[in-house]
Amino acid sequence: MHGTRILDEADRLMTVCNSCRYCEGLCAVFPAMEMRRAFSDGDLNYLANLCHACGACYVDCQFSPPHEFNVNVPKTLAVARAGSYAAYAWPKVLSGAFARNGLVLSIVVAISMAAFILGFAALNDSCVLFGVHTGPGAFYRLMPHNAMAALFSAAFLFAILALVMSVRAFWRDIGTPIGGHADGGSIFQAIRDAGELRYLDGGGVGCYNEDDKPTDRRKLFHHLTFYGFLLCFAATSVATLYHYLLGREAPYPWWDLPVVLGTLGGIGLVVGPIGLFAVKMRRDPALLDEFSYGMDVGFIAMLFLTGLTGMLLLFLRETWAMGPLLALHLGAVFALFITMPYGKFVHGIYRFAALVRYAQERRTAA
Amino acid sequence: MSSKYDVLVIGGGNAALCAAIAARRSGVSVLVLEGAPKFYRGGNTRHTRNMRCAHDAATEILTGPYTEEEFWEDLLRVTGGQTDEVLARHMIRESKDILNWIVEQGVRWQPSLGGTLSLGRTNSFFLGGGRAMLNALYLTAERLGVAIEYDAEVTDLVIEDGMFLAARLKRPINGETEIRATSLVAAAGGFEANIEWLKQYWGEAADNFLIRGTPYNRGSILKMLLDKGVQQVGDPTQCHAVAIDARAPKFDGGIITRHDSVVFGVVVNKHAQRFYDEGEDIWPKRYAIWGRLVAAQPDQIAYIIFDSTVVTSFMPTLFPPIAGQTIAELAGKLELDPAALEKTITEFNAAVRPGTFDHTILDDCVTEGITPPKTHWARKIETPPYLAYPVRPGITFTYLGTRVTKEARMLMADGRPSANMFAAGEIMAGNVLGKGYAAGMGMTIGSVFGRIAGREAAKHARN
Repeated sequence: MHGTRILDEADRLMTVCNSCRYCEGLCAVFPAMEMRRAFSDGDLNYLANLCHACGACYVDCQFSPPHEFNVNVPKTLAVARAGSYAAYAWPKVLSGAFARNGLVLSIVVAISMAAFILGFAALNDSCVLFGVHTGPGAFYRLMPHNAMAALFSAAFLFAILALVMSVRAFWRDIGTPIGGHADGGSIFQAIRDAGELRYLDGGGVGCYNEDDKPTDRRKLFHHLTFYGFLLCFAATSVATLYHYLLGREAPYPWWDLPVVLGTLGGIGLVVGPIGLFAVKMRRDPALLDEFSYGMDVGFIAMLFLTGLTGMLLLFLRETWAMGPLLALHLGAVFALFITMPYGKFVHGIYRFAALVRYAQERRTAA
Repeated sequence: MSSKYDVLVIGGGNAALCAAIAARRSGVSVLVLEGAPKFYRGGNTRHTRNMRCAHDAATEILTGPYTEEEFWEDLLRVTGGQTDEVLARHMIRESKDILNWIVEQGVRWQPSLGGTLSLGRTNSFFLGGGRAMLNALYLTAERLGVAIEYDAEVTDLVIEDGMFLAARLKRPINGETEIRATSLVAAAGGFEANIEWLKQYWGEAADNFLIRGTPYNRGSILKMLLDKGVQQVGDPTQCHAVAIDARAPKFDGGIITRHDSVVFGVVVNKHAQRFYDEGEDIWPKRYAIWGRLVAAQPDQIAYIIFDSTVVTSFMPTLFPPIAGQTIAELAGKLELDPAALEKTITEFNAAVRPGTFDHTILDDCVTEGITPPKTHWARKIETPPYLAYPVRPGITFTYLGTRVTKEARMLMADGRPSANMFAAGEIMAGNVLGKGYAAGMGMTIGSVFGRIAGREAAKHARN
């Protein structure tokens, strides 16, 4: 017996799958399963986070519902995956945030945005908030750069700490069979697998979305979102270097590197989340983990909000709307940072850790 | 209401879809009638995993050449010569091309990763298994414009003088209807799920058979064809039967109810007596013989008995073994006579001679002085907990069928070829497989004769 009902079900399914093994060529979950005959909580959490929910094993399974063996691996592992986020969350007291993620997110977002708007208004008179500011340092007339940097660094560092602590607990739990630290080769392999979403392709044909005709749409939108996020992150990093190393203050002209990176990333963060949401709305309900619906949609919405406010800020930064938009954008980014360890963002981190472990297991077995 | 097609395909498995695709690619209109609901489409193909095809050189997925001659010798060995040589050799020759043709229809292969069977040289494995293979064929057929109906129960065939005219059909919504077609391809499987029919040959024992495939393989099309003058082929008592877990569902337990642990222990019947040499032959032949052996035992039940030293030596099983700290305790849980089982195991252990165990070859671990002997892989059963799997005959498919020519054309009882009726797959497998089985041959028969039947049926329809 396991800690939760869903892990019991995952164990039952892995026992069925391990006596069949027809799916072993589809993704990493099944070869990883075949290396075991019994499954600890850690094993099941590992397998759950290796699953990319492409749905191929469900469509290909002889025993999926309505068959009495009732084998639904993507959905069961999706529920188990969400459970694993809460199980390894740090600090423990915040693990409940996953279950009420939608609510938590909306409150945090609302408070963050309101705080920035009120903060701007309190720091400055309302002429400044709605004034037209141009030229270097325009943003900082609303909020001093050092205050901005301090606030966001604190939020970011907290998120990093919480994520490191969580994934450390996860890594220890899934590492029992072979133990040890991740090696460079396995990390490199995992970076490649994660970077190309190798296991979100149904074994080569694409992801199963609304029916039994596979497509690669989910992969495409995920790529747009993920690389959009990375580009925005890179834009912020370059801007920070500009500020401290070159003494060049934002806003930058449209052709300058931070703006180019941010624009491309912003497009990704607007189009990607819209696509992911559309795909989710149409997805076969049999494959969906309805319990995580709020968390999934919440995270998609957060990324979209970040991208959208950023893009609007870029287009309208020389008008009276800059002040309010900057407040909204900073509020969204701030909320995104501090909720990162307690929402869907962690799926990328856990999946990456699971991919590293899988690469390691493969190398050990070879 | 009635409608007319060039080619009517009855059935929805590998053979039927290969026929439908081949016919449609020849430019004619095609309707597929699948008797099962969509989820259960494809009959036994749902549960298959690989296909045996001849090839002259190693490929990306196959480790070495498997020549036509070697395939033929394998077929000769498993059937004991009960095969139509002309048809069989023709099939083997065609199988070379099928390996590529089937990929062109969207089916994908995978390297044999798990090595659960030693078939990496002779057999190609479907990526994702048989249902994935079916899904690919259905997608291709739909894309090409083949019409497909599920839950389409054919209630009668109108056949005059060896000529197919129409099929009567009961639809769940529209009621009775008649479908006319210029050619017919019957690819509707065998009758293994029809317990009443099985009883005609097996008697009451058939009540204790478990059917590994869907409950829709009832052989109704086969029966209609034979009743309407198509020549019969094959021994009705011949079927592919393996020993599967007695706790499996009556129907559709599929692959995961199998056991491959026979070589690691002994097998006893309900009187706790051994009844056959568990070490007689190597996988997969030993796998294929135990269904019939168990079917011949009282109440059609047997128990594989082994001990804790070997539990990780075979595939993980769906149902856990039944365990006891002593042989008597195990016997109690199996509802066997404890004294009788203790006597059987004690005598067996005393007869075991030392040797070097290797389950991949016919090793030198033997018994002496008991009947039946265990001629290979004999090791003492002495380390508790003692473990057991109860097993029953699991019927995979039947061999009774319609006689066909090389062109997959049905022959009538008087020896004349039918004008427009073709057969493919399990419904005519008995032409090639008189008895016995080697992994992946069912799919070879299905794909090869399916494609031939589809082409020939289309050719007839165009003329």
